[in-house]
Amino acid sequence: MFGREFYVDPSRCIGCQSCLKACEECDTHRGISMINFDFVDRKESIATAAYVCWHCDEPTCAQVCPADAIKKYEDGVVGSSLKPRCIGCSNCVLACPFGIPKLVPEYEQMMKCDMCYDRTSVGKKPMCATVCPSQALAYVTPEAIGATRREKPVNTFWFGNQKITTKVYMMAPADAGEIAIDVADYTWEGENELVPQAF
Amino acid sequence: MAKVPSSQEELSSRFGPHLNYNPPGGWQGAQGSKQAETLVKTHCCFCGQQCGIQLKVRDNCVMGFEPWEEFPFNRGMLCPKGVKRYMQGSHPDRLLDPLMRTEQGFRPAKWDEALDFTARRLRELQEKYGKDSVAVYGGASLTTEKSYLMGKFARVGLGTRHIDYNGRLCMVSAGTAYKAALGVDRSPNPWNDITQAEVLMAIGANVGECAPITTDYIWRARDRGARLIVADPRFTPIARNADLYLPVRPGTDLALLMAMLHVIIRDGLTDREFIAAHTTGFEKTAASVEMWNPRRAAEVTGVAPEAIEKAAHWIGESRKSMLMHARGLEHQSKGVENCEAVVAIALATGNIGREGAGPIMITGQGNGQGGREHGQKCDQLPGQRSLTDPAAREHVAGVWGISPDDLPGPGYTAVEIMNAIHSGEIKGLLSICFNPLVSLPDANFTREALEKLEFFGVIDFFLSETAAHADVVLAGSLQEEEEGVTANVEARVIHIKKAVDPPGNARRDSEIICDLARRLGRGQYFPFTEPREIFEELRLASRGGLADYYGITYEKIDQNLGIFWPCPTLDHPGTPRLFEGGRFFHPDGKAHFMSLTWLDSGYPVDGEFPVYLTTGRVVSHYLSGTQTRRIGALVDQYPEPKLEMHPRLAEEKHISSGDWVTVTSRRSAITLQAMVVRTIRPDTVFIPYHWPGGRSANRLTHRTLDPRSKIPEYKVSACSIEKAAGPGGRA
Repeated sequence: MFGREFYVDPSRCIGCQSCLKACEECDTHRGISMINFDFVDRKESIATAAYVCWHCDEPTCAQVCPADAIKKYEDGVVGSSLKPRCIGCSNCVLACPFGIPKLVPEYEQMMKCDMCYDRTSVGKKPMCATVCPSQALAYVTPEAIGATRREKPVNTFWFGNQKITTKVYMMAPADAGEIAIDVADYTWEGENELVPQAF
Repeated sequence: MAKVPSSQEELSSRFGPHLNYNPPGGWQGAQGSKQAETLVKTHCCFCGQQCGIQLKVRDNCVMGFEPWEEFPFNRGMLCPKGVKRYMQGSHPDRLLDPLMRTEQGFRPAKWDEALDFTARRLRELQEKYGKDSVAVYGGASLTTEKSYLMGKFARVGLGTRHIDYNGRLCMVSAGTAYKAALGVDRSPNPWNDITQAEVLMAIGANVGECAPITTDYIWRARDRGARLIVADPRFTPIARNADLYLPVRPGTDLALLMAMLHVIIRDGLTDREFIAAHTTGFEKTAASVEMWNPRRAAEVTGVAPEAIEKAAHWIGESRKSMLMHARGLEHQSKGVENCEAVVAIALATGNIGREGAGPIMITGQGNGQGGREHGQKCDQLPGQRSLTDPAAREHVAGVWGISPDDLPGPGYTAVEIMNAIHSGEIKGLLSICFNPLVSLPDANFTREALEKLEFFGVIDFFLSETAAHADVVLAGSLQEEEEGVTANVEARVIHIKKAVDPPGNARRDSEIICDLARRLGRGQYFPFTEPREIFEELRLASRGGLADYYGITYEKIDQNLGIFWPCPTLDHPGTPRLFEGGRFFHPDGKAHFMSLTWLDSGYPVDGEFPVYLTTGRVVSHYLSGTQTRRIGALVDQYPEPKLEMHPRLAEEKHISSGDWVTVTSRRSAITLQAMVVRTIRPDTVFIPYHWPGGRSANRLTHRTLDPRSKIPEYKVSACSIEKAAGPGGRA
């Protein structure tokens, strides 16, 4: 939107949780944070990861929603559930391969990152990517990412046999074209489509 | 008698800390439904990064914030403290009236009564015990105008020589070292230089948590191919991207730095031309590190000799190396030597005074830089002038309209003031922006001292743990309630805007001080009605000094988004980078190598207390927590202090994560929950210091000071640890 895209680079994350706090401050989020944040394994490492919804090109959450409550906008952003439609069934919570949607019992609806639609739809940056002190969450032009970063943006993910392409990019080592997380993705089992980098 | 007047429970129920989770009017109310009337472009009130931020204001309330992407230092970035800082203005704990102590506790009072009482008690003590029987504490979160005013108030309003500030716990070791070696107390480089470095070394600097915005500068340098070296007893958040991590034992950084300099000299990596043309004293420094080969340093520091060699080579082989340091180096009884060693490495390799090259200190407190330049330091006058320099005394006395003979000499430093209160030499204290009960070492000693005060007056916006000991508390102002300037970590002088008026009957700090001066019969020296008038006088007082602000005006700051001092004339653009062309600030124009001497810590570990204790901050809290322990979202992120320890030590003591552990030092014991992590040296434990009472890390720390900077040795104590039965105490 307005020439800028969203890039996530967990290797830059310092775990400060500024994104979590800032998400609450977006005028339409009103005190609810929709950032997903993890200490990967605090005993073993300082590593942390903060991420937003990946805004899939073909969003699984919307596909499995029995109430048709999740909409993908023209610009590729996948919204939070529509309050009047959401029945709180949690299908989306279970189906999302990235584990993004959360059912917020207090509000009786599924809430997830809508890429600060009130901001990004008018050319502003989302709250989290604006404040992020390490720019682990960055909202910039593809040219800027290409010119400044040593990692490379990737937006194709494999979950078993499910290939997902997303609006949001993951910054990956320069030789990684696609991201696969399952050993099975690398295992030949007949005629399934294999991740190219396995070879 | 400055004992706490009522029970802790009663104090807490009235004055907090209560947790504020909501903006004024609630999430669904004012903030959501009403737009802000105005956006005020100003800066965060917390750390030395002084990030630009826009405060949303409506009906005299700060309702929220908008990032300020045009401000060049942080370009919209903020840490969680900056995001939630606006939650203080309408906080239920805000002091809305002056408070007077009674036998039943604090009662609200009128300003006339509180100020008359304060002036009368200060005067009585001075008449009875002499001028120097009262002391003034200031703080480095104050604007530069307020800092200047506190120095003038102490010396002209009260005529005492005892004025010092909480920056004594922060930046003074580096300041002393840079002044000695380079002739001026300032980070030499603008932060953009970091992005241009080829080699970056962060030593004793938990950048990710204590200077979060600086992370982006480091990552940008890495994107351009820079190598990162991190030296710290803990594997800090930036360490996981380090090309070389040096797990230095607490209190041994000097040995590491001396060995690096040893290697640089041994292997011919020095910049001989630069040394010859622009420095003095190199031979003596070289001799002082001759014995410090990497093998010997490895035994002292616990860092492998090969790693020391590598770090020295990376820095010495590049002419674009930067060494960044913060409290880890400074909070030691050899804090000044540590910083001098950093500067010596930079000088020896010619890495100074250029883009991407330099030693840089990362100031911690909001106005850590500006707050120490204009006279609330016990030995300095405005403009970073020496209080013992006759010419400086004459200049400043002239601006102030007094005789230089009436200007008191240097007084005690912050910890020495508390020592003198404890010994009975100082009887009265007026304190602003300082919470010594939490932030000074050896908290039990501090409490004893506070209880001995015959008069204790505090200016604050919340009732801090220290303020609970006061006879009178004057309800002051938050940063956004009074205009002024600060100088950020780069010495960029920036404009703090007034966004709202103080709530209730609270007053602007400068108004309180000027009113008090009038009641002390010194009103003619404090005719100020607005901070701008104080700044105009400060410009004159600093004129010709090292920190020359004469050419800076509020309007010029706004037009240029900050002006770097020194700025001697109105048409001068300011000075982003110091020492260009090898010109230093000593009268001889040269940098002075300082010879380095190894010293052990004040209280080394021994058989009884075999574990190193080091203390520091976490990202969601600021200093003594007076402000951040009241903001719900920040408290949720790190609710209680935890004891970080390595699994190896934990297994030895049969401790698991979440177990209660009693930590004992020669002074006291506290019991905390363990956090067992591989990200700390096995011989070291870490406790963040933001909390009071039984959770206070500073009950354990000791009062050993660096003999020159008088900074306490927070970063190295000796302790023992034992598993405890529960939160109350011992096993």
